[in-house]
Amino acid sequence: MIALLLRDLRLATRAGGGFGLGLVFFLIVVVLVPFGVGPETEILSKIAAGILWVAALLAALLSLDRIFALDFEDGALTLIATAPIPLEAVGLAKAIAHWLTTGLALTVAAPVLGVLLQLPSGAYGFVALTLLLGTPALSMIGTFGAALTVGIRRGGLLLSLLVLPLYIPTLIFGAEAVRRGAQGLDATTPLLMLGGITAGAFAMLPFATAAVLRINLR
Amino acid sequence: MLEVRDFAIERSGLPVLSGLNFSVAAGDALILRGPNGIGKTTLLRTLAGLQEPSAGTCTFPPDEGAYASHADGIKTALTVQENLAFWGDVYGNAVPDAIWDWFDLGDLRDRFAGTLSAGQKRRVGLARLGVIGRKVLFLDEPTVSLDGFSVKLFTQFLRDQHLASGGIAVIATHIDLGLDEAETLDLTPFATSVSGATDSDEAFL
Repeated sequence: MIALLLRDLRLATRAGGGFGLGLVFFLIVVVLVPFGVGPETEILSKIAAGILWVAALLAALLSLDRIFALDFEDGALTLIATAPIPLEAVGLAKAIAHWLTTGLALTVAAPVLGVLLQLPSGAYGFVALTLLLGTPALSMIGTFGAALTVGIRRGGLLLSLLVLPLYIPTLIFGAEAVRRGAQGLDATTPLLMLGGITAGAFAMLPFATAAVLRINLR
Repeated sequence: MLEVRDFAIERSGLPVLSGLNFSVAAGDALILRGPNGIGKTTLLRTLAGLQEPSAGTCTFPPDEGAYASHADGIKTALTVQENLAFWGDVYGNAVPDAIWDWFDLGDLRDRFAGTLSAGQKRRVGLARLGVIGRKVLFLDEPTVSLDGFSVKLFTQFLRDQHLASGGIAVIATHIDLGLDEAETLDLTPFATSVSGATDSDEAFL
């Protein structure tokens, strides 16, 4: 499992690996919003947390279809499936690799980009914290979606349609925690819910991922 | 020892082969023959455990099977050395130094796999079999895009390294590997006549 994780990280950072694509997409979306909404500080600072979260979610979505599709196309996925790694561990390793290359980068970049959106000063820490808690769930749910659509030609669009509704709870509690934090209210409940979603996703979805991979590889 | 009893397999819900009985002793190879579409690939995938047989059993020592498909599973952004080291890590083996001679890959060691020709890639894919050290190999068209010299190298590897150390190989191929001691199994008599109509409604899903 560690070998697979290291291989995926190495592949992601090599030419054509797609590392940074999500991050640049995130940057561009966040930069575009003030152009669309206008430069009023008040409006921007109100919607900043939501924009950061939606942008992070779309950026995470961008690289999902690479998770299994590339390995499927060159035959590596079949060979991995017959190798002595349980498919559950394959799903987990893929999700962790995806998070390390997108979610972690988004978490680090979001507070910096918050400046462009006039993010209220109290919210910087909460943006980073909620993304840190929430983006692993995005990667794990996305890995499950990618396993569902593996083998379907041009499955990327279908993957987005399948996965985006599943992202709603993460988005709601993530954005809510930032909003409360920014207003100085108690944000414990949404933070706990966010952490719960992530923990639940990692507890259950590796098994679901393995099950759908088995069916799709048949 | 690989033993297959009353084996029946299907492809996307349609039966393709049935009534298969054969056994391969340690150190022996079995070559599968038959026209395109007879079910050679499906049989190998079923033996390797990627899908369930519709009837019958297949037994071989646990944790000893390995499958090699038409596709090599080579990552073009990794070097040849890194590709093989990955499979070594997955199977818990070090890459044997002799592998570079067995498959004549010494000069390509640090090249990115994306810069290799189809035949060279195929050799890297086959070298994987030498790295993972599994005893029961299910090989699907292992010699596709190999030149005569490389086919000879591969046959040599199979005979001198794999079979000599008590390995088993089941190989689907259309060419003559030069593996004269290997038994040949023609799958044509085992083909299930497909009437087109089955009870399965999977086609409508």
